[in-house]
Amino acid sequence: MQPTFSSSRILLPVRPWFIFFSLIGAALLNFLPTAHWPGMPDWVALVLCFWSVREFRRVGMGWAFVLGLVMDVADGAVLGQHCFAYVLLAYVSASLSRRLLWFPLFQQALQVMPLLVAAQVIQALMRLAVGADFPGWGYFIGPLIATLLWIPATFILLLPQYRPVHQDPNRPI
Amino acid sequence: MAGIDHAPPPFFKQGPAPLALLTFYIAISLAIFVVDLRFRSLDLLRQSIALIVDPVQRIAQTPGSLVDYAATYLQGMRALQSENNELKHAKLTSAPDLERVAQLESENGRLRKLLEVKEREKAKGQVAQILYTARDPFSRKVIVDKGQQSGIIAGQPTIDEAGVVGQVTRVFAFSAEITLITDKDQAVPVQIVRSGQRSVVFGLGNGQLELRYMPTNADIQVGDVLVTSGLDGVYLPGFPVAKVVNIERDSAYSFARIFCLPVAGVENFGEVMVLDRRQPLPPAPPAAASRGTVGGEGGRLNKRRAMNAN
Repeated sequence: MQPTFSSSRILLPVRPWFIFFSLIGAALLNFLPTAHWPGMPDWVALVLCFWSVREFRRVGMGWAFVLGLVMDVADGAVLGQHCFAYVLLAYVSASLSRRLLWFPLFQQALQVMPLLVAAQVIQALMRLAVGADFPGWGYFIGPLIATLLWIPATFILLLPQYRPVHQDPNRPI
Repeated sequence: MAGIDHAPPPFFKQGPAPLALLTFYIAISLAIFVVDLRFRSLDLLRQSIALIVDPVQRIAQTPGSLVDYAATYLQGMRALQSENNELKHAKLTSAPDLERVAQLESENGRLRKLLEVKEREKAKGQVAQILYTARDPFSRKVIVDKGQQSGIIAGQPTIDEAGVVGQVTRVFAFSAEITLITDKDQAVPVQIVRSGQRSVVFGLGNGQLELRYMPTNADIQVGDVLVTSGLDGVYLPGFPVAKVVNIERDSAYSFARIFCLPVAGVENFGEVMVLDRRQPLPPAPPAAASRGTVGGEGGRLNKRRAMNAN
């Protein structure tokens, strides 16, 4: 696996426990009191989208569904609201992954933006359809900030997979 | 060549097709969305997930509460002293009323007994700490630190030192969810203190409340205080709920738009008191069965009322 398909640098294989802990860490970030600040991104959606693009064989709709349930309970939202949005997000990102990774990071972020916005809009539509109140436009700024965070998130989440640039060819195995 | 009949070994085990999986998960999501919203029968699932999520959430809230704690700890001695003085002063000013409350209550009880009216219920409850606000931006809910373990049940009213805060809507093992009165369409039956008129106040979802279905010429002014009327069997009568801040009387509509602000510190963090459930109200009288007897009575009453109005 490469950072992008056009890169010549080869990555180490991903460790499953790192995926697991990054998803749990994203949920923890969502639980922080900062989640009430306007424009805070949905960390779980961002990390889930990232791993669905990168490792769609390991992180798929099952993970999305479980994380959605957890977020629904933690938020006090209606059960199924996050599940629906996350499952769709995981499916579309997985189907985009073969194309997405040919682009440089900034263009990747631009293509991910509609997915993250859609995940938020779907949730808003589901709740508005059953009579909730409009949460204000600040609710839709979160995904835009998450788009900007796509580039640093890629660096951080791929960090354990980079191998040193200068390898010693004579090292004893 | 026995092996030729065999199917080739599955080199690439991929599980079900993605589209099939998507359909499956989406169907489940939509099903639990509808069931949770309409039938409320998934509370057991929610409680069991909350059993795992709730401790993690409390841990995540710790940094914030530590910062709060440090801020109050480092608050100057002078600030605390002045607050202490203010509290003492407030206690002294309310002393004349409070000291006579016990005597007034016993007198009220005696008089009610003489009149053979049912005695007023006493308010009892337990203090709970607000842990955090629920993250859901579509509703207004807070989580408190008492749950099934402390005997909290859904439906209990909650007050703070100034007035009504809300109502317990979901109970977990060690925590409970309180829906604030400012939540959209959360209704509280109220009475206007000045005129004694009864109505229902609804949350608007933006921190305000609205008194609905009051005629344009209703006797209501800015600054009127609304207290619970106790007609619903949930809230005890007499707790302050809201204060009228704005009245729009437009003769194009048959009802006035009356906006109120909650009296209690509804959106602030702190401690609340979860009141015990009220004793059940006496059963409602049976609906008018025959028009001949009861209807006639009602008609006469209506006529008398009309005469009084004239």
